[in-house]
Amino acid sequence: METTVQQFPPFRESPAPQPDHGHDDHGHGHEHHEPNFWQKYIFSTDHKVIGIQYGLMALSFMLFGFFLMLCMRWSIAHPMKAIPFIGGILHSIVGDAMASPVRDAAGIITGYAMTPELYNAFGAMHGTIMVFLGVVPLAFAAFGNYVVPLMIGAPDMCFPRVNMASFHAFFIGGVVMLVSFFIPGGAAQAGWTSYSPLASTIPTNGQAFWLIGMVFLITSSLLGAVNFIATIIQLRAPGMTWMRLPWFVWAQFVTAFILLLAFPPLEAASVLQLMDNTAHTSFFLPTGLAVGGVVGTASGGGSPLLWQHLFWFLGHPEVYVLILPAMGIVVEVIACNTRKPIWGYKSLVYSVLAVGFLSFIVWAHHMYMTGMGQKIATFFQATTMIISIPSVIILTCMFLTLWGGSIRINTPMLFALGFLPMFGIGGLTGLPLGLAAADLYLHDTYYIIAHFHYVVAPGTIFGLFAGVYFWFPKMTGRKMNEFWGRVHFWCSLVFMNLVFMPMFTQGAKGMLRRMSDGGVNYSAARVPGAIDTLPNSIMELNTWILAAAIGLGLAQIPFIINVFWSIKHGEKVGTNPWQATTVDWQTPTPPPHGNFAHEPHIVRGPYEYSVPGHPTDFTPQSETVAVAKTAHAHH
Amino acid sequence: MSESEHPVVFKDYLRRCLLVLLAVACMTAMMIATSFSTIGGASWTPKVALILAIAAVNAFVIAGFLMHLLSEKKLIYTVLGFTVFFFIGLAGLTIWAMHDFPVGTTTH
Amino acid sequence: MEIPYTVHKRADTGLYNAKLGIWLFLASEVMLFGGLFSAYVLLRVGAGEGTWPHGWLDVRLGTINTILLALSAITTLLAWAALKVKEFGKFKFYHACTMLLALSFLGIKSYEYYDKFHHYEIKLNNGTIADGHFVEQSKDFDLVKKTGTFTIHGHIVERHAELMDMRSDEAKKAVHEEHVIAAADIKHMENYSPRHNTFTAIYFTMSGLHALHILGGTLVIFYLWGPGSKMWKTDPERFTNRIEVSGLFWHFVDLVWVFLFPVLYLT
Repeated sequence: METTVQQFPPFRESPAPQPDHGHDDHGHGHEHHEPNFWQKYIFSTDHKVIGIQYGLMALSFMLFGFFLMLCMRWSIAHPMKAIPFIGGILHSIVGDAMASPVRDAAGIITGYAMTPELYNAFGAMHGTIMVFLGVVPLAFAAFGNYVVPLMIGAPDMCFPRVNMASFHAFFIGGVVMLVSFFIPGGAAQAGWTSYSPLASTIPTNGQAFWLIGMVFLITSSLLGAVNFIATIIQLRAPGMTWMRLPWFVWAQFVTAFILLLAFPPLEAASVLQLMDNTAHTSFFLPTGLAVGGVVGTASGGGSPLLWQHLFWFLGHPEVYVLILPAMGIVVEVIACNTRKPIWGYKSLVYSVLAVGFLSFIVWAHHMYMTGMGQKIATFFQATTMIISIPSVIILTCMFLTLWGGSIRINTPMLFALGFLPMFGIGGLTGLPLGLAAADLYLHDTYYIIAHFHYVVAPGTIFGLFAGVYFWFPKMTGRKMNEFWGRVHFWCSLVFMNLVFMPMFTQGAKGMLRRMSDGGVNYSAARVPGAIDTLPNSIMELNTWILAAAIGLGLAQIPFIINVFWSIKHGEKVGTNPWQATTVDWQTPTPPPHGNFAHEPHIVRGPYEYSVPGHPTDFTPQSETVAVAKTAHAHH
Repeated sequence: MSESEHPVVFKDYLRRCLLVLLAVACMTAMMIATSFSTIGGASWTPKVALILAIAAVNAFVIAGFLMHLLSEKKLIYTVLGFTVFFFIGLAGLTIWAMHDFPVGTTTH
Repeated sequence: MEIPYTVHKRADTGLYNAKLGIWLFLASEVMLFGGLFSAYVLLRVGAGEGTWPHGWLDVRLGTINTILLALSAITTLLAWAALKVKEFGKFKFYHACTMLLALSFLGIKSYEYYDKFHHYEIKLNNGTIADGHFVEQSKDFDLVKKTGTFTIHGHIVERHAELMDMRSDEAKKAVHEEHVIAAADIKHMENYSPRHNTFTAIYFTMSGLHALHILGGTLVIFYLWGPGSKMWKTDPERFTNRIEVSGLFWHFVDLVWVFLFPVLYLT
């Protein structure tokens, strides 16, 4: 614990005299006492501590979500075979009903295999954890909290205590989700999309836990979103005009708006489904619903499609919540490491605004299979095609920035460069899915799994890794180890592609997702002579993907060790090791409570690299040269 | 609100509040009267439309005067404008989608 | 460390932080209730012929609650105006009124819920339906064993459709009296709880969520009125802002009711 303590900035003031403390009737007599562990790390209102809290928790959840996926990949490759090493542990947690014993010829239990129910639970929770407890908290909450106030020259977030409450709501939501694994019946099993009526008919309370957990997570995101928007609008340092904002801040700003306005309908839907599951209402249950051949007692009259609409009204914008912050990180890293201004700053700004706006009116392209009419399908196809334009502009600007730059290769830059083609593959393979005719065939196959994982895993997560390597020196004053960073990058890149590339083939051949046996029942081996079965070559890929997934897991070990080792033993660096221009690098390292010794005055745009005539190849946004003094009074 | 330009006079507020209260009470009475009237005969649609129209005016009075939305800053208008737009998108597109089925679909 | 614009306005936006914050929060609330109202519209438009009930809620109680909330909105505004003219006593008085009105609202709401939970629809074996409020049940009343009796105050109808429109002429003419029903005659009984039909489901959910907002708002106002009002002595401007911001939330909750009342009670 001693090592982690050191990475946090020491408090310079006690929490009591903070201006947001309205009801303090203590503390004035002893303003300089050291805050104890709880005040410092658990109930901290410092945006940097909260950012690190979010980051550590999100990374842990991502590791856990990855572990769930490994179990599932085992089941896909070797259905109903004992899971090595951890089968017994799983069995001791979920019992016979979910982890079935595997016996040898003599009837002796040799291990425990995953049941389809457990596979469904892990599948639902893998998606939920990765999206709501992993990537969003890391990309939006962790990086946003740590970096945004520093980048705009603010002393903290607008509402520090709301910020703390947001983290605590997130924490509770995560605990509720985790607890649901241990209840009888197990965790939610209706997929991360929780479609009704399935979600209301599976006999487990896991779904109710899922919904309650979601309400906490949504509340957390809403509080965070309000705080981010207010902070970016209100607390920009003098001179930090909108067009001088680093693009990362723009990306976070749009992300916050998406969370603010798209999440509440899902909160409404969660409340309605919670009523369905606990008070036995029929908001999403149609009249005459029969389960297992028995007509239920529910009153009926509800609409299953309503859930899908309310869910995807968040669900699709959520995709942009996942990708935009990562894009923001990549833009910062690329600008810094090409040593030239980002190409097309204004195009980037207008594109991200357009993406944010359009993301609200494309959601039903997830629902072409629901028997949608031609007119409404045409509308959503059109908006879906249109939103790809600003997305491509953003990617193009990143690529064009590379042109003619004196590129510095380091670990953050490698991950940022890896992001470009990986996100490109993910984005382009999405186009056929946006068109109803192609989607009807590809829907619910492994093609779609490959598509969105290319966007989120080697896309977003590579962007996030770039961010971790990039801002680690700001948080700790030390760089992460470069050699092991490169090992981490190259191994991750190779294994990511080995995992996801074959899935395109599987999906194109018609292998459906969500099958715990990997499609054995539809394979040529099982039903020889039938048409359109899955050939052996496709089925064998399951084994290869499992191997690649294990490799991908092993490739993260250097990263985990690197993070903890570098806190104490990394190369010591100054305040601006990357020689970057944005003001987050103009603070002491690590930044103290309150961030800036003096309020920074911003006098120029965010990417002034290699300005002719300037003594260095970077000109910080706040660097005051004599000419720029006049800008002080203006904000 | 712009208190620096218009210092608060308590009596004025009291009078304004009573007027708003009166307006809200009147509109509530109108809604109830409409509800129990015979407008539209057996069909509820005209009545529902009329009642919702009155409710909208009622909401406008409350938001405009009690929440001072009539003299609010541009930034607030922008935020609310986007919100209303997306709400209309949510409700409108969903309702459209629920009533547009492929040709030949039969529903009971 | 001092966070700027906690009290004074930022020049380019003309707002202090909390004012912007609350409006952003209210924007998300618009989408929350917007989602619910969308659900209401879809469920109602999609409901089969004659399955959407009319006149199930007591318009008199709804009207009283509407007026109570409108009054509380007024007192909230006056509480803020009182602080603006530096009359702390008046502030205390008006916000005390706000809380009383809010609690009365919740009291009436609770009575309405209680009433619905004690209202039973009992399908009898002879095909008729007994509908009315619970009076008493015999000690040995048991639906499975078919023993004992269940007494309601209400009426018995031939067709289920007669229960759907309580504003119809035949519903008005119906004579309500005590009926003692033997368990052996009961085919199915159910109270007017959320699961009863789509209308009760959406009624309980929407009004319940609204009531939770009332409760939350009351707690905040109570805090600012009681322990939180100490800030008036140390930082009166900031305290006045807090009252304004909490007032904006309160007005929004009133605004939701302005739509809930006609949608649930009048149509």
